[in-house]
Amino acid sequence: MPQPRPSTLIAELSYQCPLHCPYCSNPLHIGAETYRRELESEHWIRAFREARGLGVLQLALTGGEPMLRRDLVDLCEGARDAGLYSSLITAGTLFTPDRAEALKSAGLDHVQISIQSPDAEENDHIAGNRSFEKKIAAARLAKELDFPLTINCVLHRQNLDRIEELLDLALDLGAQRLELANTQYYGWAVPNQEALMPSWEQLRRGEEAVQRFRERVGPKVHVLWVLPDFYEELPKPCMGGWGATALVVAPNGDVLPCHAASTIPGLQFANIREHPLEWIWSESDAFAHFRGTDWMQEPCRTCPLGRQEVDWGGCRCQALRLTGDAAATDPVCRFSAHHDRVVAARESAQTSEFVYRTAKRPVRA
Amino acid sequence: MTRPRLVTGARLQFDDVREEHVLLVPEGVVRLNPTAAEVLELCDGERSLDDIVGALAARYDGADLGDDVRGLVGAMAEKGLVVDAAA
Repeated sequence: MPQPRPSTLIAELSYQCPLHCPYCSNPLHIGAETYRRELESEHWIRAFREARGLGVLQLALTGGEPMLRRDLVDLCEGARDAGLYSSLITAGTLFTPDRAEALKSAGLDHVQISIQSPDAEENDHIAGNRSFEKKIAAARLAKELDFPLTINCVLHRQNLDRIEELLDLALDLGAQRLELANTQYYGWAVPNQEALMPSWEQLRRGEEAVQRFRERVGPKVHVLWVLPDFYEELPKPCMGGWGATALVVAPNGDVLPCHAASTIPGLQFANIREHPLEWIWSESDAFAHFRGTDWMQEPCRTCPLGRQEVDWGGCRCQALRLTGDAAATDPVCRFSAHHDRVVAARESAQTSEFVYRTAKRPVRA
Repeated sequence: MTRPRLVTGARLQFDDVREEHVLLVPEGVVRLNPTAAEVLELCDGERSLDDIVGALAARYDGADLGDDVRGLVGAMAEKGLVVDAAA
């Protein structure tokens, strides 16, 4: 099989963040010493150039909170000079007029602002700080500066019933895109799984609301809605396949095939301080490990639906977490011997207290 | 569609790694054939559809690309990638 070319670089600039969302995709050990040694500007700018050479076109500047990087304007200039289309994925609380204008001048292409709920009080409860009004101001500012605007909301048991308000808010803010991201259970969502898991009834009503909105509003607002994994019978092609479309660079320069790959024991992650990105993509252990189909076990190996190159075996991190083996079939799949564990997780949903994201104290996974 | 333009934030670019034209949009890449790229370059919010067809006819010995242009611009508008500057 010819080597695939990546199209996306996900740059996790910093794991620091003023918010404490209980489903954050960052690792549980964000407070660890290794992540405090953040990359210098020149490392990132070199990585952007090397990424373009590999075929990358889309750059996500994310975190934590990317606005906490003081060199963000320089990084946007670096992305523009490299020929990348840059997106800022921000909580919005630090997106002030001076900084926003500087980012616009530096060539930032697109702004994505997260909202935890369309209700101010609920937003602030989920985020673990007062942030709703600042987010709304940030969204209006992005529009004033003629940035294309995406609103992102992670959906779960405690906000799914407000989906109609959320759709109307996105329309009111002039968003071109609305990402309705049903929670994926890695990072901080793992210790919060029971508090976050929605019911089938909530999802059904949500999907119907999205359908009605699409018919009413048309292509002016592009709504992304994907049924969460735990309510599927067949797995999704996680990251478009391992080492197939994207690279994730952690704040310390480790390069990962997905956000959560650091949870898989035994994988060696090469660092961009020490290796060219091209080598990391093509040769390094972590990217080669689950690339393609050779690593697959049964039932993937003889998939009765022939989906090996459709879903690529699903999510490795989910397989590890639910079966203890990262090379197992994703138990979302109805052919997995462990599918009952996914069914059990749906049924264990209950309203309980959040474990908030923090860098300060250790958390039991 | 009176005067088509690319939606805010969309950018035409030549990908010199894959050697093809692309339309870059928020978190997406639309691969384009050379003709589609040429049409979209003319969607500047100033020209009408007839102006675009006329400009292409002038370039290609009077060839009538009217149906192709309307088909392409219509399909891009359905996806929200081209909007009407007059709207």
